[in-house]
Amino acid sequence: MDRTDTRFSATRRLILQGAGVVALVGLGNIPFVAGAFAAANDKYPEDAFKAKNEADAIKALYGKPAEASDKVKLDAPEIAENGAVVPVSVTTTLPDVTSIAFLVSENPVVLVASYKIPAGTMPSVANRIKMAKTSNVIVVVEAGGKVYSTTKEVKVTVGGCGG
Amino acid sequence: MASTIRVRATSNGDTTEVQALIQHPMDSGFVKDAQGAIIPPHFIQQLTFEYDGKNVFAADWGGGGSKDPYVKFAFKGGKKGDDLKISWVDNKGATDTTTAKIQ
Repeated sequence: MDRTDTRFSATRRLILQGAGVVALVGLGNIPFVAGAFAAANDKYPEDAFKAKNEADAIKALYGKPAEASDKVKLDAPEIAENGAVVPVSVTTTLPDVTSIAFLVSENPVVLVASYKIPAGTMPSVANRIKMAKTSNVIVVVEAGGKVYSTTKEVKVTVGGCGG
Repeated sequence: MASTIRVRATSNGDTTEVQALIQHPMDSGFVKDAQGAIIPPHFIQQLTFEYDGKNVFAADWGGGGSKDPYVKFAFKGGKKGDDLKISWVDNKGATDTTTAKIQ
């Protein structure tokens, strides 16, 4: 009797283990799918980072062209002595900002950086970029489903992209 | 190994200002070395900041960011002593993660 019991429980354990494995595999699959979705949302915009001019990059990022706006304030130096390190920052008074991107029109890859701004994060970013030569710096702000931009020319004395 | 990420996150009670400095070559793939050989691209592609289980800021970078990139932003909320998680992944698949205390 004891024996049957053990066998019974052993079988039972096996079945439970099997169920556990199935459950684990199942669980493993669901987060994976969810993860893949999240990844698709957060996907690195490969195409945008291949674009050779600003119009293409903006289109690849947002699917539409940007309209100039004076509500986007770009702070960049008049003259950058070292193109390898150009401090640029942006602030905007536009509401519902969802993303901010920096572009340099004369760089071999025009898109430099694209930032996602979740709700609750200030629409203000500072960073340092490389500039190949004197060029327009364009900052694009996506707010409330619309795309705005501001442009400023920065003169570069020593380029940051050539050897 | 010491972290490649240095973060200062300061709360003024209402908002938290975050400054991050990361050690990374950020090679764009367009620069030649002294021998004239192209230095292959090696740059951070994605950088994320997480607070309280939520993304508060995310960056997609190309090779146009400066070496040892710096970024500054601010978000509403964030309490002194809370954790802010920062992680990056580069185009070669390397990653680093660190956690900073909000000051």
